[in-house]
Amino acid sequence: MLAMLSEAWMAMWANRLRTILTMLGMVIGVGAVILMLAVGQGAQQKVQASIAAMGSNLFIILSGSTTSGGMRMGGGAAPTLTAEDAQSIGELPLVAAVAPSSPGVAQLVYGSSNWSTQVIGTTPSYLTVRNWALAAGMPFTDSDVRSATRVALIGRTVAENLFGDEDPVDRTIRIKNSPYVVLGVLAAKGQSLDGRDQDDTVLVPVTTAQRKLFGSQFAGTVRFIMTQAESAEVMPQVERSITELLRQRHRIRAGADNDFTIRNLTAMANTAADTAKVMSLMLGSIASISLLVGGIGIMNIMLVSVTERTREIGIRMAIGARGQDILLQFLLEAIIISVIGCLIGVLLGVGGAYAVSVITGMTAVVTVSSIITAFAVAAGVGIFFGWYPARKASRLRPIDALRFQ
Amino acid sequence: MTDEVIKINKLSKEYITDAGTVPVLHEVSLSVKPGEFVAIMGPSGSGKSTFMNILGCLDVASNGQYLLNGRDVNQQSSDELALLRNQVIGFVFQGFNLLPRANLEDNVALPLIYRGLTRAERIMQARVMLEKVGLGKYHHSRPNQISGGQQQRVAIARALVNHPKLLLADEPTGNLDTHTSQEIMQLFSELNNRDGITIVLITHEHDIAAYAHRLVRLADGRVIYDGPVAGDPLVHAAHTGAEV
Ligand SMILES: Nc1ncnc2c1ncn2[C@@H]1O[C@H](COP(=O)(O)OP(=O)(O)OP(=O)(O)O)[C@@H](O)[C@H]1O
Ligand SMILES: [Mg+2]
Repeated sequence: MLAMLSEAWMAMWANRLRTILTMLGMVIGVGAVILMLAVGQGAQQKVQASIAAMGSNLFIILSGSTTSGGMRMGGGAAPTLTAEDAQSIGELPLVAAVAPSSPGVAQLVYGSSNWSTQVIGTTPSYLTVRNWALAAGMPFTDSDVRSATRVALIGRTVAENLFGDEDPVDRTIRIKNSPYVVLGVLAAKGQSLDGRDQDDTVLVPVTTAQRKLFGSQFAGTVRFIMTQAESAEVMPQVERSITELLRQRHRIRAGADNDFTIRNLTAMANTAADTAKVMSLMLGSIASISLLVGGIGIMNIMLVSVTERTREIGIRMAIGARGQDILLQFLLEAIIISVIGCLIGVLLGVGGAYAVSVITGMTAVVTVSSIITAFAVAAGVGIFFGWYPARKASRLRPIDALRFQ
Repeated sequence: MTDEVIKINKLSKEYITDAGTVPVLHEVSLSVKPGEFVAIMGPSGSGKSTFMNILGCLDVASNGQYLLNGRDVNQQSSDELALLRNQVIGFVFQGFNLLPRANLEDNVALPLIYRGLTRAERIMQARVMLEKVGLGKYHHSRPNQISGGQQQRVAIARALVNHPKLLLADEPTGNLDTHTSQEIMQLFSELNNRDGITIVLITHEHDIAAYAHRLVRLADGRVIYDGPVAGDPLVHAAHTGAEV
């Protein structure tokens, strides 16, 4: 076996240029597969990270009805959801947590820095629902909500822009010119699925937002309610009971349209994840085609090589080589070419993935499994496409091979 | 007698070509005992090479029986034939048939690869053989760096490296000048006398055949003479320079 290996190596060395060109097909194929898988994997991981950051088993309930096409929230339509709606939803079975939310945009000032951002009025359970931890400080409490105190939790981006290196906890910032005590800093969450910076936000008690910050003309209403179900399995059931509850509370007659919309965020996120998966699969299969082309290149060269070396095969047979010895020799050549090509291809693919993530800022993740797969495929391609020429060589009759001109 | 190296009984061979079947050998029978030195002669196209290829298990007969070392060659699988070619037969070609890109010791060691010896063992045995054919100093040269006579010595060393019983040579001196041919034939004689290797060789020249003990003459695929070289019916014609 070792001897056959060195025989194969010698033959390849004698035809260096051709060997290298054949290898190039493999190099490009494997490199492309590794790179494409890395890009696809990166996209998938990004989506998954966003989903994890969003919180699990989530509904978002919005004011206004949907028709078959989409949202119909006529301009100026009165918001119909209230903080009390949120509270009663929280009392439904199978609901883990509920957070009403009244967002608005406001100017923030600390010292000489100012920053304009989204301020969300909500309850402490918002952190549970969004699966959001604090990096520093304490959350506000239900009693803060009851008494509408001027306290705030700020996102990482806000903290960086207002405070720089300073510790924001227990400092007082001004939101729309009123003083608010910063109770805590939210842990960094990164981009949302739609590419917004989720850390560019401020949370205040919902009552504070309603009464003091935005002074809503529709007193007591909230823009949307986030609801977390206890598990993914009960989500349809929870959706039904919320619908029933809200129709009752809003006194909607049978047959009339809902004045609210329930969206299953988790389902939407899963769709996004599926899309990312399909994309990475597609990238992978496109790259696999180049691997296939590389394999056909190997077969082509091996066929030429067998024809060219028919006389050598004859000599070897005349001095005692069995069919399987000849088969092994040519098969080994094909496998060596594809495995070395694969090795270089992996290096190129990994380098390419690194370059892509540095240059374009896309995440490209090379996984060990993609490298192992590439190796297995390369060896497989070598065997598969080397088999036919090698077998052809091994089946020659000694006398025909010797007589070959 | 089963101790014959070669026992051939009514062996025929025909080639099947596009133009039809071409009969080449007609019921040839031949026995060769261990230690014999046989020269085969005959006009061009008489079927000498065809016969030799069958003897060397490179080709198969259309009809008839061939016992090599008492074993029926027709009954052997292709792997068994490969083993026979590797262990029992050494084959020397007119055109040397060395691997151009391998050096001399690798060329000589080639048959040993198929016996599964380690590289060290192979190289050692190859050097011994190169020494034996008088090329001990050249083991790292390439075939194209040495003369034709030297290349034929390398080919003989390769044929001998597995210590075969039987050495077959198809016009081994056909590409060599008279002087070099004599040297090669002396080597064959030595191998036959000293090592007792059975030799069958094809030649067109009487002085070459004269090194053998026995002459087989073919014409049109039939044996027309089988006996001592001195008794060759055509020896007179050869001396007057005519080729038959
Ligand atoms: N592969 C083949 N297919 C068809 N016919 C063949 C083949 N090989 C040889 N022959 C024919 O068989 C006959 C004998 O050929 P062979 O090579 O055995 O002759 P030879 O005695 O060795 O001649 P030479 O002295 O020229 O080498 C020739 O007529 C040749 O045309
Ligand atoms: Mg001939």
